[in-house]
Amino acid sequence: MTATTTAPVASPGIPAPARRPSARLRAWATRAPLLPALIFMIVVTQLPFVATLVISFFDWNSLYPDARHFTGVDNYQEVLTDPDLRHSVGTTVLLTVAVVLASLVLGLVLALLLDRRFRGRGIVRTLLIAPFLVVPVAAALLWKHVLYNPEYGLFNGLLHYVGGPQPDWISTTPLLAVEASLVWQWTPFMMLILLAGLQSRDHEQIEAARVDGASDWQIFVHLTLPHLRRYLELGALLGSIYIVQNFDAVFTITSGGLGTANLPYTVYQSFYQAHENGLASAAGVLVVIGSIVIATFALRVVSSLFREEASRA
Amino acid sequence: MNVVRRNGLGLLAWLSGIVFFLPIAWMALTSFHSESDAATNPPSFAAALTLDGYRDFFGAGGGASPWPALINSTVASVASTLLVLLLAFPAAYALSVNRVRKWTDVLFFFLSTKMLPAVAGLLPIYLFARNAGMLDNILLLVILYTSMNLPIAVWMMQSFLAEIPVAVIEAAKVDGARLPTILARVVAPISLPGIAATALICFIFSWNELLFARVLTGVVAETAPVFLTGFITSQGLFLAKVCAASLVISLPVLAAGFAAQDKLVQGLSLGAVK
Repeated sequence: MTATTTAPVASPGIPAPARRPSARLRAWATRAPLLPALIFMIVVTQLPFVATLVISFFDWNSLYPDARHFTGVDNYQEVLTDPDLRHSVGTTVLLTVAVVLASLVLGLVLALLLDRRFRGRGIVRTLLIAPFLVVPVAAALLWKHVLYNPEYGLFNGLLHYVGGPQPDWISTTPLLAVEASLVWQWTPFMMLILLAGLQSRDHEQIEAARVDGASDWQIFVHLTLPHLRRYLELGALLGSIYIVQNFDAVFTITSGGLGTANLPYTVYQSFYQAHENGLASAAGVLVVIGSIVIATFALRVVSSLFREEASRA
Repeated sequence: MNVVRRNGLGLLAWLSGIVFFLPIAWMALTSFHSESDAATNPPSFAAALTLDGYRDFFGAGGGASPWPALINSTVASVASTLLVLLLAFPAAYALSVNRVRKWTDVLFFFLSTKMLPAVAGLLPIYLFARNAGMLDNILLLVILYTSMNLPIAVWMMQSFLAEIPVAVIEAAKVDGARLPTILARVVAPISLPGIAATALICFIFSWNELLFARVLTGVVAETAPVFLTGFITSQGLFLAKVCAASLVISLPVLAAGFAAQDKLVQGLSLGAVK
């Protein structure tokens, strides 16, 4: 870009001194369409994070605003030693890992089933996508009241036919109850990403392997899975980003009780119910740090896929 | 053998489709049952159908009417989606057709904002809204939903706009067209399907949002998901009403999602998967 011997006609990069204002003007003209969106994003998303960081160093209960004072890292100490909050960190990890893994495996199976031709494939695809298109609160209500209800829920109703037990699903296995509803909603998401991956396979290569006598299993392990790796990573990381932040299911199904409170719920609770602004902010900052770890990996995966697309184009 | 296996796998696919859809089908059926038929064990599959659940949901039984919440959700989702398109479309142009320097860095900045959990910014936004007198104001949700969806829209649109042949835009420039004209008359018509899919996905995310709406709105600006949270604690026989409510409030999302089906993956993976 810093070549000094370019022909004068084709040198938009190095303008002559006399033309510099016009070049700068042109650079701004190029940038202009981008600026509204960029400035909007910085103001609405970055400033609140800076504010959260600042508030997290204050002892600030909104019921006693006059007693607000700087406390250094006390909030972090309190957050990190508070058994409830520690527990919610563990719950968040458990919930995220379980839901992401289960929906990824189920999504892979469904994507493999849908990748083949069969009668009514379009209809089955539509049926499978539907759970993802139910409003999250509505989906959680559906599971809580219509499926899990111990007296007249569908699960116990169906168990009734086979003379099975009539468990109270939410109180006996609260975390699993939340996870099952989330797996139901997120499996279609994983399936769609993995299906796109399957359909971008090199079919000539697979045919060639088949001609050479490779079995379906060998093709799956040696060709399909390596090709899908990026898509599995992408699904896992995007899924993690969304599920780490999940609030709707926990709030609706258990209201954070029975040991299911995850970090977003705890942050919500500590500021909405206990009015502890400083503590809530410290917990928020910790959530951010946790997400940055995931996001770093996610960005790397997306950027490698992105470069691959760009080099193909 | 091969035929048997192929049919078997097709059957398995159908079976899993039905299993995943079953809760929704059951929800739909229950919404058309009377409350006493909805709460039986074993379930009454063949009970008489009625619209009572829907009448009850729309306030016939003396409960709160869902209309204000439905209207608020519509306003917040549609307005924020339009604002997103207005901001993202020119930005995507500057990131795909007439590229700014370091355009990939800018793209990844947009993406990174999507990875920071919204809950961490909740408190300062709440405090700001309270001081600015914007609590329980639909405008605040419009702004927040716009910031929530802008990165998705920028990524999706730049991947759509990058497919437009440069020659088309060059030709318009040679004819002396200025940027707004080029965007409106040349780029927009070509990328219309992509813009439509982007709009539908942004609409879905705004319509679904609960956390911000729950904390930042009250009686005036309450949205449909917040209205649904009124059903969290059980209140006697109310299954048919819950099902009717959940279904009605999910309908716009189901419609938008199926309309955007082909582009859904691209949007959800922020344009990384085509």
